[in-house]
Amino acid sequence: MSYIDSFALSLPEIILSFGAIVLMLAAAWMGDKASKAISWVSVLLLAGAGLALLGPAGSGGLGYDGLYVADPFAAFAKLLIYVGAAVAILVAPGFFNRDGEMRAEYPVLILLSAVGMGTMVSAVDLLTLYVGLELQSLAAYVLASFLRRDDRSAEAGLKYFVLGALASGILLYGISLLYGFSGTTSFVGVAAAMKASMGSGLLFGLVFVLAGLAFKISAVPFHMWTPDVYEGAPTPVTAFFASAPKVAAMALTVRVAIEAMGPATGEWRQIIIFCALASTILGAVGAIGQTNIKRLLAYSSINNVGFALFGLVAGTAYGASAVMTYMTVYIVMTLGSLICVLQMRTADGTPTEQIAALSGLSRTRPALAAAFAIFMFSLAGIPPLFGFWPKFMVFDALVRVDMWPLAMIGIATSVIGAFYYLKIVKTIYFDEPAGVLAPSRSMIEGVLIALAALFVSPLGYLMIGPLGRITQTAANALF
Amino acid sequence: MIGLQHFLVVSAILFVMGVLGIFLNRKNVIIILMAIELILLSVNINLVAFSAYLHDLVGQIFAMFVLTVAAGEAAIGLAILVIYFRGRGTIAVDDINRMKG
Repeated sequence: MSYIDSFALSLPEIILSFGAIVLMLAAAWMGDKASKAISWVSVLLLAGAGLALLGPAGSGGLGYDGLYVADPFAAFAKLLIYVGAAVAILVAPGFFNRDGEMRAEYPVLILLSAVGMGTMVSAVDLLTLYVGLELQSLAAYVLASFLRRDDRSAEAGLKYFVLGALASGILLYGISLLYGFSGTTSFVGVAAAMKASMGSGLLFGLVFVLAGLAFKISAVPFHMWTPDVYEGAPTPVTAFFASAPKVAAMALTVRVAIEAMGPATGEWRQIIIFCALASTILGAVGAIGQTNIKRLLAYSSINNVGFALFGLVAGTAYGASAVMTYMTVYIVMTLGSLICVLQMRTADGTPTEQIAALSGLSRTRPALAAAFAIFMFSLAGIPPLFGFWPKFMVFDALVRVDMWPLAMIGIATSVIGAFYYLKIVKTIYFDEPAGVLAPSRSMIEGVLIALAALFVSPLGYLMIGPLGRITQTAANALF
Repeated sequence: MIGLQHFLVVSAILFVMGVLGIFLNRKNVIIILMAIELILLSVNINLVAFSAYLHDLVGQIFAMFVLTVAAGEAAIGLAILVIYFRGRGTIAVDDINRMKG
């Protein structure tokens, strides 16, 4: 295969990286007053990269001498990633403009992070995996500390950096062991070596790699950074962290577990079962006492990652498609609720993150209250809303491989989770109004909330057919 | 004769020292940055030792990538540390506690 063919396979990454470089020059040349134009061009680039997935980049197979793959699984994950990144760019001006101008580097950093995430989900070699992961993480560290004058933002960046670098170190150590004991860095080669003989060297490598990846998806016991980073980072960045990188890391975990460690399913299944159970339980219990809504949503994301991992535990194509369905619905719910959080400004326009500020919202801002309630009910997985469907799918996947005791425990933990989601609904609908939130200034945010609410409303069930087909095609690409 | 296992043991010791350096250190964030470098270099020893043992160049190329990324990582880490210091006037690990819960 010639290099031109390989370039065609990675067209989305090429569009985004060249676009990001040009926009970075534009940002340096024209300064922050060009930030609006740069934001819109970035969104167009993301749309262009999404369109490029229709060509060979969507299903062209292996490229770059087996370092990179363009298959339906990667294409679907990239689509979700680009949606998350575009939303994070669109909602940013409303947040950053309140204290001074929005800075022009923000969309550029998101684009670079999107390139890294695209590389992650297309990786079929440990080297591509590492480079993609680092490209995504390095941009994310900067984004977390983007509000330079805000103490909490800088602290979030520092914590994210230290723990993220530790996780990459652990992942790399695992990679070096996998390479040393299999003699190759390609996923297929590692799988072949594991099939031939599963020695303790490969086992150690497997454990270290999974630990590093568990950090990136913030699964318990590697979740400790999540609440602090989600709370400290600027809200649009939190929306970004909770959506796109989660999908990328989850897709990467699924691919590594199935393509590189397929013959060792019995070994990694125990680890994933532990992570899934611990995440759902700790995510639910940790959220109960929170008074800060972003912190609560961080625990909610830990909880949701646990549920998505249940799909991986099944280890079947149906399970993998359940994971992708889960991530699709999850990012819509999370983005929706975080854009609702962006709407929380006191009368003088300062943003507030206290759950108490939502008291009596149904009387002051009925539409926002209804949207918030829809997202909370949906995150809790209550049936008429679409959030129920992916939860049903992951447990269905477990039952199909006769792991029904695990499915029962999982369903029981989702009941604990329902408690704090319903508590927010109660605050919104039944508490006395605490004060009036400032009216929304942004048309885009209103439209995005409405779209997300429509998607998770019962109307979402109309999409089960097409979504099921797409995720099934995506998952079949792995087996 | 120094064999593969000697390299692996050295690298494992360095790795553990790096991880402990992050968790046991209560003084200074700069020390954490050094501990991170130690972890990455222990991985490099592993990669190069395996590469020589397997007569396969991929490990050495991988080590080059790790070195490059480590440089970028250190640059970003120090930049974040500088803005943190500007805001708080300290880089002691025990003072990084604005958020809890």
